[in-house]
Amino acid sequence: MPMDPLNPVLFLVGATHRTAPLHLREKLSLDEAKAAQLAARLRATPGMREFALLNTCNRVELYGVASSGHAVHSFRQVLAEITGCEPGELEAVSVLQHNHAAITHLFEVAAGLDSQIVGEAEILGQVKEAYATAQEKKWVGPVLNRVFQKTFQAAKHIRTHTAVGQGQISIATVAVDLAGKIFGDLTETHILVIGAGEIGLKTAQAFQSRGANSITVASRTFANAEQAAALTGGWAASLADLPELLAKADIVASSTSASDAVITAAMADAAMKTRRARPLFLIDLALPRDVEPAAAELSNVFLYNLDDLATIAEGNLAQRRAEAAKCRAILTERTAALWPQVEPYLQPGDNGTTPPQV
Amino acid sequence: MSTLLSDRTLLWIGALLYLAGFAIGCLTLAWRKNSGAPHAILKTLLTGGLFFQTTGLYVRGIAVGGCPLGNTFELFQFVAWSAMVLYFIVGSAFRVSLLGLFTAGYAAALAFISLLVPQWDLVRGLKIFGQNPWIEFHAALAVFSYGVFGLLAITSSMHLLQTASLKNKQLDGLFWFLPSVVQLDQINFRLLLAGVALLTLSLSVGAAWWVRNTESVDVAKLTVTVSIWLAYLATLLLRGRGRLVSVRFAWVCIVLFALALLSLQPVNASRHLTAPVPAAR
Repeated sequence: MPMDPLNPVLFLVGATHRTAPLHLREKLSLDEAKAAQLAARLRATPGMREFALLNTCNRVELYGVASSGHAVHSFRQVLAEITGCEPGELEAVSVLQHNHAAITHLFEVAAGLDSQIVGEAEILGQVKEAYATAQEKKWVGPVLNRVFQKTFQAAKHIRTHTAVGQGQISIATVAVDLAGKIFGDLTETHILVIGAGEIGLKTAQAFQSRGANSITVASRTFANAEQAAALTGGWAASLADLPELLAKADIVASSTSASDAVITAAMADAAMKTRRARPLFLIDLALPRDVEPAAAELSNVFLYNLDDLATIAEGNLAQRRAEAAKCRAILTERTAALWPQVEPYLQPGDNGTTPPQV
Repeated sequence: MSTLLSDRTLLWIGALLYLAGFAIGCLTLAWRKNSGAPHAILKTLLTGGLFFQTTGLYVRGIAVGGCPLGNTFELFQFVAWSAMVLYFIVGSAFRVSLLGLFTAGYAAALAFISLLVPQWDLVRGLKIFGQNPWIEFHAALAVFSYGVFGLLAITSSMHLLQTASLKNKQLDGLFWFLPSVVQLDQINFRLLLAGVALLTLSLSVGAAWWVRNTESVDVAKLTVTVSIWLAYLATLLLRGRGRLVSVRFAWVCIVLFALALLSLQPVNASRHLTAPVPAAR
């Protein structure tokens, strides 16, 4: 349905990772000064009743209530001017939605359905922050207050009643989840990172974020190990001490560029003999592989390589995408339920103060 | 309630509630929900099941004038009851997700098997405790330890499932709902310790009376009971020394319990003096 040019309208205008290429998103992204400038201009623009600005690395979106559909186009022009985009350029990549569609879009954004990584939770915090700022600066009124409150409820419902946020989708976090299913609490586990490469360190950091605080980095070159250990706040060790290190470690993430196996099945077997009932989780992040596949046959040893972790991550992502369709249906219903509460404020001739007729 | 419902009817209701709890738990898993209302329903059903089973056993106890452990039916019911009581005592302390579901399935299976084999409840041992409360205590404690070993077999099965999922990289189904391998291993060790302690105490009490009258105990029963105790004790020692761990430890716990359970019926049948079950049923 086209936007009514003469009557009040709830609108969304902006650009997201779905509509705008990276170079344009870079141009559109607003730093603090530009955001303040934009807000000041919008407040001064005739026809603007309420607004909130959602500004993240993947989207710049202006949610608002305008006294007429006609006024919305002038807001887009203001956005173009502040960001330095050509009006035509912005028009080509921008999202412009109103009423039902704008509410549904906000619901989907807050629930993580419109994110690059479907189901991610960070966006909800960003939407909350955008609303808090708008509330503090008194940019929002009865319509957006209601819409945002309902947005948070809808997003919470989606997170708790669907599987859209379940299952990790990066290699490192999948490994952390698996470790949780082996050891439970990770705070008491000892992590051994073999190789000072980026992927190993990222994995170590993912473990740290889940409470692991005993990290040792082992490398052929001790200086490299020291450098990497400093980044993780862990200890450095030489690869020559690997048998002893293996016996003490619970989780081993290996990512060297060695052409032969760094951890042989015999080494893992020897390590297991000194560990009693404690399992050993071997994460092979290297190509060619660092861990001899026969190590997986040992009792209480769990070996996962890059392919295994990628398969799990892809499976989780596919599951999230499948769940997204179910979520969209729920959100459409919620929009329909919310609309009668908002509509009375958007009647012809309304000045934005009519109490809702619910 | 005893005048309105017979002991067997009460035990049937208890078994049905356990089964309903198990079914609700399975449906909850299928819907991928592990908290909230379904969890409360499961708890309520298990509480109801335990109430009816306890009442049923109490009514039977009043009728037979002692702890109802006189035939295979009563023994199976008592083992199922012990496992459920233990679940309510230790389940919350261990915070093991799905333990309620597994215990419900296990208790329902034992209760239904005992109820569906009428021959097990036609006759019962006559004066099996010889009016001696210590012998009664010894017997109740021994069967209660079987309840602990039953729960151990459940957590061992959970351990095997979790390990198999991780080894085979089959991470669907119950995997994300089950506790971690290490957590299950620790629980198994503690349950084994508790079971062995209870059985040791029970056998000590029994032995104190047995030495005064060695003919009072059937040889087959004595041999089987002591063998089971020794097997569990050996398992505990091997586990403590780190010689029997992980999957092998879990398998041993399951096999030992299966043997212990299977021995109940023949051992019970070897008793000489029996009488029809009193008419209170």
